[in-house]
Amino acid sequence: MLRWMRSIVGWTEDRSGAISFVAPIMTHRVPRNAKWWYVFGSATMMFFGIQVVSGILLATLYAPSAADAYQSLVYIDTQVPMGWMLRAIHGWSSNAMIVMVLVHMLQVFLHGAFKYPRELTWMVGVLLLFCTLALAFTGQIMRWDQDAYWGLGIGASITDRIPFLGNQARNILLGGPYIGGATLSRFFALHVFVLPGLTIALVGLHLALILKNGISEMPKPGEVVDPATYRKTYEERTHRTGVPFWPDAAQRDMVFCGLALIVVVGLAALYGPFGPGGRPDPTLIDANPRPDGAFLWIFAALALLPPQIETFLLLAGGPVIVLGMLAVPLISNRGERAPTRRPLAVISVLVIGSAIAALTWLGVSSPWSPVMDAWTSVPTPVRMVRRLTPLQMQGALVLQNQQCRNCHALDGEGGMRGPDLTDVGGRLSWDQLVRQVQQGGGNMPAYGKTLSSAETVALAAFLQSCRVGGEPAARIPGALERAASSDSAPQALAPLGK
Amino acid sequence: MNEGCTGCQGGCDGGQSRRGALFKLGAGLMTVGGALAAVPLLGSLLAPGFRRNADTWVDLGPVADWPQGETRLATFQLPHGNPNDGETASAAAWVRSMEGGTFQVFAVNCAHLGCPVKWFQQSRLFMCPCHGGVYYEDGSRASGPPPRGLFEYRWKVAEGRLWIEAGRLPGLEESA
Repeated sequence: MLRWMRSIVGWTEDRSGAISFVAPIMTHRVPRNAKWWYVFGSATMMFFGIQVVSGILLATLYAPSAADAYQSLVYIDTQVPMGWMLRAIHGWSSNAMIVMVLVHMLQVFLHGAFKYPRELTWMVGVLLLFCTLALAFTGQIMRWDQDAYWGLGIGASITDRIPFLGNQARNILLGGPYIGGATLSRFFALHVFVLPGLTIALVGLHLALILKNGISEMPKPGEVVDPATYRKTYEERTHRTGVPFWPDAAQRDMVFCGLALIVVVGLAALYGPFGPGGRPDPTLIDANPRPDGAFLWIFAALALLPPQIETFLLLAGGPVIVLGMLAVPLISNRGERAPTRRPLAVISVLVIGSAIAALTWLGVSSPWSPVMDAWTSVPTPVRMVRRLTPLQMQGALVLQNQQCRNCHALDGEGGMRGPDLTDVGGRLSWDQLVRQVQQGGGNMPAYGKTLSSAETVALAAFLQSCRVGGEPAARIPGALERAASSDSAPQALAPLGK
Repeated sequence: MNEGCTGCQGGCDGGQSRRGALFKLGAGLMTVGGALAAVPLLGSLLAPGFRRNADTWVDLGPVADWPQGETRLATFQLPHGNPNDGETASAAAWVRSMEGGTFQVFAVNCAHLGCPVKWFQQSRLFMCPCHGGVYYEDGSRASGPPPRGLFEYRWKVAEGRLWIEAGRLPGLEESA
């Protein structure tokens, strides 16, 4: 080293003690077998760093006012040099941060690393997970498009269900009695000040706890955690066989973080920024709001909760999940760490993981949502109208014009909310068809008041013709038989309609 | 925060009671000052929860614009919008004009979780794109997850114009 450099470093070190403060932290000994499984926490932290830097840069360009936010995003995307890439990196890195924090948590859980003496480290980590998700949710609102507006509407509607104080709580959340300028300003303050500040503080605490208790070794079946002896054994072993964090462990972090960053920047360059979607104009009621990926499973659950206990689950679900996760190390902080000796832990990961994956998939396909334009955009399959009688043909028109296709598919095309009608003629008898159309039920509206009896007869005639592979029409023994011609209804029907 | 006391233990002589009093005075003053600062700080945060009813009569135009037997979308400006609201200061409602000059005015917000419902003239149904809530033309629940029918605005006809009482995001606590 050059002499003048050495003298500057020496001068600074003498006054600050920076090196003697940092050096033991960087070189603290970690278990020799802490290798590639241990990189995900560092990757999460790196992506958080990317979020802070790209977020500050976005704050120099974004107009956090409901009147200007959307336009400023369009401006960043189209006019600001590299602005679209800045937004893309912020968006993709946020997704990467969520993925990494989940993988990190999964590793810690499966390896039993939350057990004594690292219970607090886990709890702080759980809080960091929810900070990350809160940042993602508030970040989606910064986009200030239709998804943001109606997503806030969903949040407001849930808050509204709090007993007694629901309306007040909702208005405090929104900053007023409606979703508007005050709402965006509130969520902006949360997104750029409150949540990042909290996250930085919790990351500091998380790291301090890691330094205090050391990084856990790889679990070995039969090597149990006993609070009485754990620390002594751990310290002896790391002292004897451990390696310094810098550079032995850090080099793997660097390799993985570098690769992950390259992938994220690549994805950002390839796929660009997220949104903004439609303008946040509440009078554009053609909106089809969907949340970002991390929240699709909640969106799906909201469609599928049983109505009787929906409000209870909406309000209690969140706190129960948070408290349950915080309590994990209190439930089990000793004993085996190896996943092969903890079948319950592995099974719960599999069950919860597949539940969230299934709900996310349902959220993507959202089969419960009517396809709003299916009645005009999805034609009746030609195969199904060949060789139909005029009455049946008329019924096919009724089916299309009455928006039945928004919820019912023919040949797999159309809404998925109700059953596919391609083979309904083989499943429901004439009487059942008429009853279902007129009275609804089983989650179908009643069309008795909307359809004339002629329309009902035509519709039932068409539906009866919807059969696959020469299947006979469904019948109920003893019910009124239809006349020989398929164009005439059973006599008993006439008085039902108007 | 008891450094003042521990500092005394090694060699400070006397003044123990006076320092105790000083500590109490400090704690007391901090509490009073903190409370004085907290009132406006918390107050500004929580104020929106305690504002009185924000609804006002809003003009939806001449009655003649709402032909009988039809349900149409009305758009209007929220009466207490602020300059930062931009497009979000506007709002929409479904106006159902019935025989005898009576109306039903529904919020576009689904009673389930607030997504915008859409009117289908032919099947005379409102459908929600989010979780599949469906309502009949009179706003009553037809199917899906909504716990009740559509929220209704209060309406009146004055000077040949249709007015509704609006100003807030409709929600379950609304009387409607």
